[in-house]
Amino acid sequence: MSEANRPLGTGESTFDRRRRLMGRAFAWLCGLATSVGVAALAVLLVDLLIDGLPRLNYAFLTSFASRFPERAGVKAALAGSVWILGLTTLIAFPLSVAAAIYLEEYAPRGWVTKAIQTNIANLAGVPSIVYGILGLALFVRALGLGRSVISGALTLALLIMPVIIMAAQEAIRAVPSTIREAAYGLGATRWQVVSYQVLPMALPGILTGTILALSRAVGESAPLIMVGAVGFLAFTPKGLSDQFTVLPLQIYNWVSRPQDEFRELAAAGILVLLALLLSMNAVAIVMRNRAQAQR
Amino acid sequence: MPHVSLTAKGSRNFKEGAIGAVLFACAAASTLVTIGVVLVLVRETFAFFSEVSVIDFLTDTRWEPMFQEQHFGVLPLLVGSVMVAVGAGIVALPIGLLTAIFLSEYAGPRLRKTLKPLLEILAGIPTVVYGYFALTFVTPLLRVFFPETEIFNAAAASLVVGIMIIPTVSSLSEDALRAVPDSLREGAYGLGATKLEVSTRVVVPAALSGVIASFILAISRAIGETMAVTIAAGNLPNITVNPLESIQTMTAYIVQASLGDTPQGTTAYRTLFAVAMTLFLITLAMNVLSQWVLARFREEYQ
Amino acid sequence: MSTTYDIDLAGREPALEAIDLSVYYGDTHAVQDVSLTVPSNKVVALIGPSGCGKSTLLRCFNRMNDLIGSARVEGRVDFHGQNLYDDAIDPVEVRRRVGMVFQKPNPFPKSIYDNVAFGPRVNGLKDDLDATVEQSLRSAALWDEVSDRLTDSAYALSGGQQQRLCIARTLAVKPEIVLMDEPASALDPIATQKIEELIYELKKEYTIVIVTHNMQQAARISDYTAFLYMGQLIEYGPTETIFTNPREERTEAYVTGRFG
Repeated sequence: MSEANRPLGTGESTFDRRRRLMGRAFAWLCGLATSVGVAALAVLLVDLLIDGLPRLNYAFLTSFASRFPERAGVKAALAGSVWILGLTTLIAFPLSVAAAIYLEEYAPRGWVTKAIQTNIANLAGVPSIVYGILGLALFVRALGLGRSVISGALTLALLIMPVIIMAAQEAIRAVPSTIREAAYGLGATRWQVVSYQVLPMALPGILTGTILALSRAVGESAPLIMVGAVGFLAFTPKGLSDQFTVLPLQIYNWVSRPQDEFRELAAAGILVLLALLLSMNAVAIVMRNRAQAQR
Repeated sequence: MPHVSLTAKGSRNFKEGAIGAVLFACAAASTLVTIGVVLVLVRETFAFFSEVSVIDFLTDTRWEPMFQEQHFGVLPLLVGSVMVAVGAGIVALPIGLLTAIFLSEYAGPRLRKTLKPLLEILAGIPTVVYGYFALTFVTPLLRVFFPETEIFNAAAASLVVGIMIIPTVSSLSEDALRAVPDSLREGAYGLGATKLEVSTRVVVPAALSGVIASFILAISRAIGETMAVTIAAGNLPNITVNPLESIQTMTAYIVQASLGDTPQGTTAYRTLFAVAMTLFLITLAMNVLSQWVLARFREEYQ
Repeated sequence: MSTTYDIDLAGREPALEAIDLSVYYGDTHAVQDVSLTVPSNKVVALIGPSGCGKSTLLRCFNRMNDLIGSARVEGRVDFHGQNLYDDAIDPVEVRRRVGMVFQKPNPFPKSIYDNVAFGPRVNGLKDDLDATVEQSLRSAALWDEVSDRLTDSAYALSGGQQQRLCIARTLAVKPEIVLMDEPASALDPIATQKIEELIYELKKEYTIVIVTHNMQQAARISDYTAFLYMGQLIEYGPTETIFTNPREERTEAYVTGRFG
């Protein structure tokens, strides 16, 4: 050992100094990269608040779209978004939860199950506009539902179902198997085990996943353009077959106009949309925390 | 469950079986969605190709379905989509990976708990908002530095799509990095490696399959992105490498075509499906590829 | 309450000297005022029941505890007259001079060659890398088994081979001291025997500190043994004395298998 008695350096060689410097530079680089995302978020929000806040008032929420920017509002779009939100939930939630229960609690291990599972994972990666094409061909044309609220809701339901199914599966999987065994041991049937034990325990997780998926649906616009929602409407939907618009489409319509006044309207509309999304997310987070506290 | 109750009642068996069947139907319905998508796309695309040759579609450099003299070359749209995806990738892949390394290797638990939800918000913001941001903030900013920038341009769209997919890269990559066992990190530290060397030479290589899968998925998302590019990148099918020019992506064309009054049943109308089919095949291939990478190269840590 | 025997340094500087060393994890006082001299080119075994602080003490010797956010170290560890915990000391350099082999084999998911070459590469010792790799693998008694498949994944090796690879990886950095944290606990008896023979060979060139819960192993391979109990050093002296004629009652109880 030639260097056995060499005293412990304090890293003062050129090599060590360069190495330490590079280490520190890299740490800074990583921190900087992380702050890019956060900074972008901050700039985005501040920009929106500056542009949109002056236009935001009660009249904006209660007026219909108009050719005159000073009179325009989001009434029709807000109503349309609420309609779409409600209908999409009614369609997607039960179907998705049922599918998740089947895959986790009933499905035999085999190629059919595996194919269904792979298919769901792939559906989650299909661009939303492709769902719009399906909605156009299937609901608007083939089933003759026309450019209606129900066509839009059905399309968005298909879009978010894979997301809800996967979230629900995860929540169901998190229920400890000892609970199931205990229930089976008491002579419960499979459905009794699922409905009395597994579902109540998995529900907070399922609801959290559903709300997050629904907030994606509320922000979607491309597939709704395909099924014929319009950006300019002076009435709210009264029934399933009525024409409709939603907040993102109203915003798109305003953004596409060159006048600055309409850009301000768009910013104000975005603030309304973000407020809606934020409150949905807040509910999801509260639910998630409550569920974790119970565990 | 016949083995639970020794003499199972017929009615209970029937009820249980019926419930199972209903649940199965719901799960199988998801397969019908895929079949529906494929059927719709294939039928209309087939009709399209009976009128326009596949060769023209893939090699013609002009996309002018609405003009008197029609051209159906998908290349300009493809180039537009690829340009936005490449631009977004240049922004998001390095930033996303470095963010993942920061969250997994450098940040303490408290900082991570604050930063992660903030980044998740980026992923949850509707794309139309990003479009607005690109058009009213990024483009004017670009024009300060490059006055020749067009109002609608690929650069602004790429930039915001890049920001939008940062969370896809960072969160999936971080999961992969955190799955690398600490024993590997300790082994490297024990050899006198610095944190930089542990992160870049041990942890990232060990998690490479997950990192690459996240890259592919993010790029696939950028290609499928619709509203931000429709709003900010323009509607001009244009083969160019200049990101400051106006272009059109496949997704933006689909929106444009469905907003217009293209009569149903015409060739121009069927372009919608041919382009959507192209888009569907590309994104599907990328998603399958990312799953394959994940499964094929997954490290079995010990 | 603790007993320490004279340690025969044979006129040489000790390899390591811990003085009033304490480690805290949050409120837990995991190692309490331990003083211990490690002579050069000897094998020192740290024994004691689980949770007695022996692994924590071992990890003080190359500042691995720095990696655990909640750990706090007081006291000093002298190495060539310098305190390892001095502010001016770079822990990276410490770990280069004091290597470590872990409880479970932890090869990197790379080739056999790249595993051994990792340390020299990051430490800028790239001259004659092939020779370093070969020499390290020979020192770890692994060369004959892997010389024809150096580019294979390290995961293709058996558990015992992996652990010897980790030892070779440590030797490639040319440390003076090798710390071993129960290096054979995850291995079968034959692989264990190979590791023990290897340790016997290695002490010609290196100083070795080994944590083990296997008392026969400590008795077989070590020159000195330290018995720790609940964070305290109870008795430290020549292995033979500790095992045959300990002065402390608790030591005797432990080495005769009455508790632990």
